[in-house]
Amino acid sequence: MRVAPTFNVALRALRRNKLRSVLTALGIIIGVGAVIAMVGIGNGAKAQVEAQIASLGQNVILIFSGSTTSSGIRTGWGGANWFTRIYGESADYFDIRQWPLADGAPFTSQDVRSANKVCVIGRTTATQIYGNENPIGQILRIKEVPFTVTGVLTPKGLSTQGVDQDDIVIMPYTSAMKRVIGGTNLRNINVQIADPQQLEAAQQQIVSLLRQRHNIRPGRDDDFTVRNQQEIAQAATATSRVMTLLLGAIAGVSLVVGGIGIMNIMLVSVTERTREIGVRMAVGAHGADILTQFLIEAVTLSSVGGLIGIVCGIGASKILSVYANWPTLISISSVAIAFLFSAAVGIFFGFYPARKAAALDPIEALRYE
Amino acid sequence: MNNGALVRLIDVHKVYRTGEMEVPAVRGVSLEIKRGEFVALMGASGSGKSTLMNILGCLDRPTTGHYILDGADVSSLDRDRLADIRNGKIGFVFQNFNLLPRTSARENVELPLVYSSQRLTHSELRERANGVLASVGLAGREDHHPSQLSGGQQQRVAIARALINQPEVLLADEPTGNLDSRTSIEIMVIFQQLNERGITVIMVTHEPDIAAYAKRNVMMRDGAILDDHLVSQRSDAASQLQQQHASTL
Repeated sequence: MRVAPTFNVALRALRRNKLRSVLTALGIIIGVGAVIAMVGIGNGAKAQVEAQIASLGQNVILIFSGSTTSSGIRTGWGGANWFTRIYGESADYFDIRQWPLADGAPFTSQDVRSANKVCVIGRTTATQIYGNENPIGQILRIKEVPFTVTGVLTPKGLSTQGVDQDDIVIMPYTSAMKRVIGGTNLRNINVQIADPQQLEAAQQQIVSLLRQRHNIRPGRDDDFTVRNQQEIAQAATATSRVMTLLLGAIAGVSLVVGGIGIMNIMLVSVTERTREIGVRMAVGAHGADILTQFLIEAVTLSSVGGLIGIVCGIGASKILSVYANWPTLISISSVAIAFLFSAAVGIFFGFYPARKAAALDPIEALRYE
Repeated sequence: MNNGALVRLIDVHKVYRTGEMEVPAVRGVSLEIKRGEFVALMGASGSGKSTLMNILGCLDRPTTGHYILDGADVSSLDRDRLADIRNGKIGFVFQNFNLLPRTSARENVELPLVYSSQRLTHSELRERANGVLASVGLAGREDHHPSQLSGGQQQRVAIARALINQPEVLLADEPTGNLDSRTSIEIMVIFQQLNERGITVIMVTHEPDIAAYAKRNVMMRDGAILDDHLVSQRSDAASQLQQQHASTL
C-alpha cells in the first residue's frame, strides 16, 4: 500500500528528534559492535588453535602411552646452563610435524640406529646457551653427556597454553633412551598415513597391534591412547567454540538491551504523538498505515544502528588485534547475522508500540492533551 | 440520488458503556441534510451534538439506527472502510485546528492525499496543495510552520486540508471556538464562500451569532433534536467584515 509516503513520514520523525534517535540507535550500535568484536575475538582464537593443530602434520595419528612422565633436563655448554625439555624422536619427526630447520641439518635415520650423540635445538634454547654464537657443530652437555648440535629449528612461538615451543632439545629417541633418560619406554608415537581414506582402518590396526604386543587380554582397557588429528582438533576447537558462544551471548544481551531502549522510546513517541495519530486517522489513515509508520521508525533506528555497529565492531577488533595483539577474525556470516538480528530486534521491539498506535481510537486520540 | 439528501440519519442512538452504567448520548435522532446546505448544530455541552458530529464524521458508529451518506449506509462499516470515507467524502475542521506541528502548511494540507487511493506525483501534490492554500488566502505562506502562523491562519490551513480531497461535506467542530471575533468572521467568510460554491457545510457551535451565518439551525438537548429551523435573518460575514474595516478607519 502507501509505503513510500509512510517511509518519508517515519524518516522525518526520526530526523526531527536527532539526539533522541542517535541515543536510541547507540544502544543497538554498542550491541552489534560488541557482538561483532566478541565473535571476532572468539573466531580468531579458534583459528589460531586450528592452525596449531594443523601444524601437527597432515593425516597424523598420535599414540600416547598410558603412563607419561615429563620433567625438565639440565643442559649446559661452557659456563652456560639451561633447564629445558628434551624429546627423543625419529628422523621423520621434522617431516611429519612440518617443522623445518632454520639452520644446519636434522639428524638422520643412521643417527637413530646408532644412537649417536647428536641433537637439534629450538631457538630459545640456542640463544640461552650460545648467545650470539652459532650453535651448529658445538657441543651441548645434557646431563653431563656431550651431544653435537646439528641444527636449529625455525621458531614457533608460544603455544595456546602459553608454553614456549622453541625451548626444546630434540635428539634421536634411541640416544635419549640409552644416554639420557634410560629405559626403553616410548611416551608417544606419531604416525602419518599416506592415504587419508585409510585413516580409520590404520587407527584400528594400530590399536589391535599394540594390544597384541602389550599382551592385553580382551575386555581389558588399553594401556595407551590413540587419537587421530581430527579428534584432537575437535576437542581443542570445542573449547574455543564455547568461548566464542559465551562472548557472543554476553554481547547479544547488550543488543537486547538496545532493543528494549528502542521499545521504550517508541512507546514515548507514540504517547507524544497521540494527537498526530488522531489527525492522521481522521483524514483517512488506516491502522495499517500507522503501524507501518512506527514500525519503519523502529526498524530504521535498529538497522542504521546495526550498520554503524558493524563498522564500530570491525574497528574495535582491528584495534584489539593491533594493540593488544589478540588475533581476531571477522567473518561475513557474523556480520550478516548481526545486521539481520539488529533489524529483527527493531521489528520485535517496535511492533508492540506500533500496534498500540494503530489500535488508538481516533476520537480519543484527537482529544488527547 | 435519494431526493437530494446527502446526509440521512434514521433513528440514530448512541450509548456509551462505562462499566455497568449505560450512558445514552444520542437518543433517536433522525435528520436529513441536502446537498448545498449550511447547517449549524447547536446545543449546550452534554447535549449530544459532539457525539452526533463524530457519527456524521464517520469517526464513530451509531449503536442503533442508520447513517446514509451520499446514498450508502455507512453505519456498520469497519474501521478501514470508515477511514476511506473520511478520506474521500468528508473534510474536518477542528476547534483546536489539529495541524501537525513542525510541518509546513503545504505538507499539512497534503496529508489527506497521502492516505488517498489516488496516485499523485510529488509535483501534482504540491500544485494542488498550493492551489487550495491560495483559495483560503494563504498564498505565499505554504512553507510556514503552524507555530509561525496566527490562529486564524492556522484554521485556514486546516480548512485547506479539509478541502484538498474535494469532499462532499465539510464538518466543522466549533471552528471559531479558539478565535477572536474578527478572525471568527474571517473564517465565516470562507465558510459562506465555500457554501456558495456548492459545498455542504455542517458546523457545531454553541454561539448563536456564529450559528446565524448558517442557513439552517438544528438545536439539540439531552441527545435529541429540540428545534430545527431555517435562519430567517442570516448574517453576511463578508459585508460585516467590510463594515468593521470601515469603522476602524
